Amino acid sequence: MMSVLRIIGIIILAPVVGGLLTGIDRVITARMQGRQGPPVLQPFYDVLKLMQKESIEVNSMHRFFVYVSMVFAVFTTVIMLSGGDILLAIFALTLGSVFFVLGGYASNSPYNTIGSERELLQIMAYEPMVLLTCIGLYYAEKSFFIKDIVMADKPSILYLPGVFIGLVFVLTFKLRKSPFDLSMSHHGHQEIVKGITTEYSGKDLAVIEVTHWYEVIISLSLVYVFFATSAPGSHVVAAIVCLGVYLFEIIVDNCAARLKWQHALNSAWIVTGVMGTVNLVILSFFMK
Amino acid sequence: MNLNVVKKSPWILHYDGTSCNGCDIEVLACLTPLYDVERFGIINTGNPKHADILLITGSVNEQNIPVVKQLYEQMPEPKAVVAVGICATSGGIFAECYNVAGGVDKVIPVDVYVPGCAARPESIIDGVVKALDILAEKKKAMPKKRIGEK
Repeated sequence: MMSVLRIIGIIILAPVVGGLLTGIDRVITARMQGRQGPPVLQPFYDVLKLMQKESIEVNSMHRFFVYVSMVFAVFTTVIMLSGGDILLAIFALTLGSVFFVLGGYASNSPYNTIGSERELLQIMAYEPMVLLTCIGLYYAEKSFFIKDIVMADKPSILYLPGVFIGLVFVLTFKLRKSPFDLSMSHHGHQEIVKGITTEYSGKDLAVIEVTHWYEVIISLSLVYVFFATSAPGSHVVAAIVCLGVYLFEIIVDNCAARLKWQHALNSAWIVTGVMGTVNLVILSFFMK
Repeated sequence: MNLNVVKKSPWILHYDGTSCNGCDIEVLACLTPLYDVERFGIINTGNPKHADILLITGSVNEQNIPVVKQLYEQMPEPKAVVAVGICATSGGIFAECYNVAGGVDKVIPVDVYVPGCAARPESIIDGVVKALDILAEKKKAMPKKRIGEK
C-alpha cells in the first residue's frame, strides 16, 4: 500500500517540481538578459492553456507516439526515484526518446523530419555517456540499484569525477539547452520553426512539455546519485549540487550559440571518450 | 480559472504582409528588455500551430492573400487576429495601389485594430491585451459551437 502511494506521489510531484524548475529557469534567463521575465508559474499556465486549445491531428500515429513517449518518461522517473535498477531506467528513457522521434517522422512535415533527424543525432551523442555513467556507478558501488548506490559509505563522485563531468556535459542535450538544443529549443523560436514539435498543437504539445518536466527530474536525479551516501547530510549536499548543475546549465544556455550537429556529436563523443573511458580505466586498476 | 489561463499565456505569430518594416521593428521592440512582453507570458512562436494570436503588419496584396489565409487556418482554436499599423487596418497610403487588396480584414476576420505609422510598442502591447479578452470570450463560445455542429 505504501509503495503504491509512493509511486502516485512520484508521478504527481515530479512534474510539479520539474515545472517549477522550468519556471525558475525562465525567470533567471530573463534576468540575465536584463528583462523582468514571466511569473514563476508560467510553464503551468502554458500547459493548462494548451490543454484547452484545439489539437490539430495530422494523423493518429503522430499523436499516439507522443503519449507513449510520456508513459516511458513517467516509468523511468518512477524507477529512478523509487531506487530501482538504473540500467532499466536508462533503457526505458531511451525507448521513450525513440518513440518521440518516431512521432516526429510520422507527421511527414519537413520541419518535423529535420527535428527528428536532429533528435536522433542528439540521442547518438548523449547515449554512450549515459551508459558509461551506469557502468561507472556499477564499478564503484557494485550494484545497478539506485537504492544501494545512494546507501554507499563514500559518494560515487570520489571514484567517478571524470564520468560526472562527462554526464554534466551531455545533460545539456537532455535538458535541451544551447549549444546542444538542435532538435527543439525553448529560445530559438524562429530557427527551423520549432523543430520536432512543429506539427504538434494543443494537448499533444502540453504532453511534450510535461514529458520534458519528467526528463528534467530524471536528469537531475542522475546527478543526485553521485553525491548521496548513507549519511543523511549528504542528501542535502546532493540536492544543492543538483540545483547548482541546473543553474550552470542555464548559464551555459545563455552564453552559448547553437552548434552545428557535427560539432555537437564530435564534442560529446570526445568528452565521453576522454572523461568517461579514462575514468573507468583508472578505476579498473584500483578496484581489483 | 479556465478563462484566466487562456489570457495568461498568449503565444504570438507575427506575419509581415507588405509592411515597410517600420511596424515589424516595433513588434520586435516589444521583446526587448525595455518592454519585455514575456512578463505577460507572451512568446513570439513563429509557428502557426503553436500560436494563439496572429499579429499582421502591412496591408494584404494579391500575392500574399493565400499565405495569410493558410496561416490563419493552421492556427488552433481559440485564436485572435491583431492588425498592427495603419496599413494592416485599412491599407493606409497604399490602399489605392493596383496590387493592394486593402486591410487584413478583407481576407480574414480581424479582432483588434492597432493604428499608427509605425504603431508604438505600447499600443501594440495594448492591442494584444485587448485581444486576450476576445480570446477568453471565444474560448467561452467554443464548447457551444461544438454542440451546434453535432
